[in-house]
Amino acid sequence: MTNTWGDIRNADVVLVMGGNTAEAHPVGFKWVIEAKIHNNAKLVVVDPRFNRTASVADFYAPIRPGTDIAFLSGVIRYLLSNNTIQHEYVKAFTNASFLVDEKFGFQDGLFSGWMEDRGDYDRSSWVYQRDDQGFAKVDETLQNPRCVINLMRQHVDRYTPEMVARICGTPADKFLKVCELIASTASPTRAMTSAYALGWTQHSVGSQNIRTMAMIQLLLGNIGAAGGGVQALRGHSNIQGLTDIGLLSNQMPGYLVLPKDIEPAFDDYMKSRQFKPLRPNQVSYLSNYKKFFVSFQKAYFGAAAKAENNWAYDWLPKLDVPLYDALKAFEMMNDGQMNGYICQGFNAIQAIPNKKKVRDGLSRLKYLVVMDPLHTETAHFWENHGDLNPADPAKIQTEVFLLPTNCFAEENGTLVNSSRWLQWHWKAQEPPAEAQPDIWIMAQLFQKIRQLYQKEGGAFPDPILNLDWSYLDPMDPQPEELSKEMNGRALDDLKDANGNIILKAGQQLDGFAQLRDDGSTMSACWIYSGSWTEKGNQMGRRDPADPGDRGISPNWAWSWPANRRIMYNRAGCDPQGKPWNPERALIWWDGKQWTGLDVPDFPPTIKPDSGVGPFIMLPEGVSRLFSVDQMREGPFPEHYEPFESPVRNVLHPNVSNNPVARVFPDDRKEFGKADKFPIVATTYRLTEQFHYWTKHAHINAVLQPEEFIEISEELAKEKGIGQADWIRVWSDRNSVVCKAYVTKRLKPMKVDGRMVHVIGFPIHWGFTGLARKGYGANTLTPVVGDGNTETPEYKAFLVNVEKTSPPANAPVA
Amino acid sequence: MTDLQSLNVIRISASDANPPQLRQNVEVAKLIDVTRCIGCKACQSACMEWNDYRPPVGYFNGTYTNPHDLSHDQFTLMRFDEWVNDEGDLEWLIRKDGCMHCTDPGCLKACPAPGAIVQYSNGIVDFIEENCIGCGYCVKGCPFNIPRYSPVDKRAYKCTLCSDRVSYGLEPACIKACPTGALLFGSKADMTDVANGRVEELRGQRGFPNAGLYDPPGVGGTHVMYVLHHADKPEIYSNLPKDPHISWLVQVWKGAYKPLAVAAMGLAIVGSFIHAVIYGPNEVDPHDVEAGRRMVDRRSRGVIPPRPPEPPPVSHVKPEEPVK
Repeated sequence: MTNTWGDIRNADVVLVMGGNTAEAHPVGFKWVIEAKIHNNAKLVVVDPRFNRTASVADFYAPIRPGTDIAFLSGVIRYLLSNNTIQHEYVKAFTNASFLVDEKFGFQDGLFSGWMEDRGDYDRSSWVYQRDDQGFAKVDETLQNPRCVINLMRQHVDRYTPEMVARICGTPADKFLKVCELIASTASPTRAMTSAYALGWTQHSVGSQNIRTMAMIQLLLGNIGAAGGGVQALRGHSNIQGLTDIGLLSNQMPGYLVLPKDIEPAFDDYMKSRQFKPLRPNQVSYLSNYKKFFVSFQKAYFGAAAKAENNWAYDWLPKLDVPLYDALKAFEMMNDGQMNGYICQGFNAIQAIPNKKKVRDGLSRLKYLVVMDPLHTETAHFWENHGDLNPADPAKIQTEVFLLPTNCFAEENGTLVNSSRWLQWHWKAQEPPAEAQPDIWIMAQLFQKIRQLYQKEGGAFPDPILNLDWSYLDPMDPQPEELSKEMNGRALDDLKDANGNIILKAGQQLDGFAQLRDDGSTMSACWIYSGSWTEKGNQMGRRDPADPGDRGISPNWAWSWPANRRIMYNRAGCDPQGKPWNPERALIWWDGKQWTGLDVPDFPPTIKPDSGVGPFIMLPEGVSRLFSVDQMREGPFPEHYEPFESPVRNVLHPNVSNNPVARVFPDDRKEFGKADKFPIVATTYRLTEQFHYWTKHAHINAVLQPEEFIEISEELAKEKGIGQADWIRVWSDRNSVVCKAYVTKRLKPMKVDGRMVHVIGFPIHWGFTGLARKGYGANTLTPVVGDGNTETPEYKAFLVNVEKTSPPANAPVA
Repeated sequence: MTDLQSLNVIRISASDANPPQLRQNVEVAKLIDVTRCIGCKACQSACMEWNDYRPPVGYFNGTYTNPHDLSHDQFTLMRFDEWVNDEGDLEWLIRKDGCMHCTDPGCLKACPAPGAIVQYSNGIVDFIEENCIGCGYCVKGCPFNIPRYSPVDKRAYKCTLCSDRVSYGLEPACIKACPTGALLFGSKADMTDVANGRVEELRGQRGFPNAGLYDPPGVGGTHVMYVLHHADKPEIYSNLPKDPHISWLVQVWKGAYKPLAVAAMGLAIVGSFIHAVIYGPNEVDPHDVEAGRRMVDRRSRGVIPPRPPEPPPVSHVKPEEPVK
């Protein structure tokens, strides 16, 4: 989230699209209700089905799964052609006036630089024009046709309301009503918040879905404002923490980037990470990258990381592919390239597309280690459960280890919520039986592996042997020790510019501003620096006091970065430093410094009229309507159809899908075509269950006991399906048999002149647990990775449906 | 479900005993704002947990309403309705169903067992199961179709409005669990005020000209009230009765109260004897055994307190400030 859960109550319009807040985040949804009750906010829902959020919305519009970019590009066109943008904000705080390279262009679905043979772009033309000093050229009058805003206007011009209706199936009048509500927040005194979740990320164009909304919010001046922002509502209680500490294979903690094999030396790595300002006087805070990196290496390798060995750069792995993601892992298992797998808190066979491929992959492993508090389907993948899991144990040689772990309430530690708050929690009870904390298990494994390296040498023992493991009990590191390490500490006495000691060696850092690139500081996750200082554990704070009544509560837990609650809050003030909306001011310039309710996202003493832009993490100092070379599909979002789609891309039929999404050849063979699979399917969650876990709990099993698929009354009539009849639903990969929920909440949509049916498959059931046994939605889903993150396209694929008889072993209803 | 809080009782089933009425507590009410409810079922889960019942895992029958009906081990239930309004737009109406705690309770009037149903001065209508004879008349007497007969112990059960929490100054479990503030609890006067404010907003700013408070006068008003978007059509919310009244059969029964009561009690005893002859020995399924075990367990653990020591008056719930 750019903002926080509590800040949603400051919104005038709440747009829920690409998520279903009431259904998936019922507790956080209280803030939407607060906004309605106390702020007269309008709640707008855009979703393929009329969901629980829609049930309390002021306006609902349907949309075909996988067409959000077309819808949102239509919104941008509406805002620009009706002149309902916040002009001063756009001019001062975005790159609207920047001039783009003359070679940049877009034609027939492809941006400039497409390399057909490599299936990727040469992004060298996706840049600004530069002057002789290396700064980006701008035209403050916005007249130059190469200005970002003019290129953007031209790019979105195709997305007329009629085109949006044709692609998305959203009736034009409903689309225009949504535009009108969104546009109402272009006023500096009104704000819209955008709440999304997996409904945007789980597409082949997931990252661009979110970017399109970020552009809308910038045009409206809603970034940095109370009640504004783009809110990623995270799907697990600690998935924000997972992202923060870099548990993706191309990341390191704090969004530092793992080196690639084209960066064999430290100089190669740092060369592209200078972050020199692109405009005069800009902060470009990431120019401190080396401080964060060196402090991380010091946390990792301790005294062994030295200036002489380039801070042990050689001991970091160098990536040879963009990402070793989960889809890639199962591809490699099936190819025999990966033969051991540690599955920690991950129910792969339920959670990853094409269950059969996952089961086949696991069946080829030598060993599988599952660390989980529950008997997951993954731990039991080798069992035969009839059609639900047709494995043949006699043919599977995989040795499976199930290591029971404790649940979160059975240990101390921290969870990072969607608001970026690190909230400490305390152990409530002892774990049952042999269950152990994940940290304990990892410590035993590490010590054993290190002993093997010590004894046998091995090909490359250095990183393992030199890893700093100076915990009080090396066999049992404590969460408190790890947290202090993430915050970081001084390794030598730290002095200020006048030579005064500000921190003694061994003391905890106050924040990342104290990090050094000379090896005198360490911090395992620089953005968490400030969470455990000499004042103690800031994450354990529980003071709800909210001075100013703006939902900031600065002494409740601790928020990264620097305990800042609203990111980019400098942009909540005009260029002169006055809040755009004095009623909802967060920070302001008091004549001497930046001050206010929140921690300013700006150097505290730099004057507003100094020309320093509010987006200090970017070398331009302003935000990007044109994303330069940072997104793989192109600098502007473009509508591409899902890989399984009922229609060709009407904008450019020859480039129907995202050209840079990743598809493995064998998976492409299993893509269904619309003639055999004319029905669009999407997947989603229900409030009563949490993923595949809560079906192990009796009460949740009572509340949603059995697998079903939601279909419209129209489709039911066409196929002769009655309420709760058994149906067979199949994709080109597999088929499931379950009950039908015939509902008015799904409707056929008119897409490119013909009616398209959409069905919805809640994901929660499997072959273990207390609820009735089911297949799981990923029996049907395709293996496609988003162009930037490789997130699978769970949300839009093709199936067919027929009525069937109850399975032989079906329980009597 | 709770034990007799005798000093607070104002009415007792099948009895002309004069309750002491030493305490006159503030009338309480649960306000269910259907327009704020997202149907998450946190209330339903909290009810199961507080009252420690676990219905069996059921099956899907074409609705999110699970289990499919109220029962002796499901005191409250979210009922879902898909309704198309006059403009042709879908509305998903989700109503939390359960005992309404009528000011004029049909169940209590119909009950022939002395002390099996009582009404406290705070308005809560409570079943005292140890006095229940299992005749099922309360089921017939209720205009909202709420009480359910237990095949496990042959007695009737329904929502207690957490009388065992309220008597200690706590809000009911469902109120505590509600994430959106759709459920509120406080004095009936305050809840009515809050509701009127909500109704005004729904009519003025949200486009629901027929929004209103459901507090039906036919049963003397209720201590569970609804804010409805369409108060002119309560029946679209899973058959919420438009103008509920106690059945005329019960009214006649009450009119001829004294002589018939005695006869009926005799009949009830004979009836229960016959019932025992016909149905007993009971064939219990494993779920019944489990439910019985839980009931015994919960009594021995004091989940159902044996007799609360000096229950403080309900007015501890600050009348000027709705709980939650």
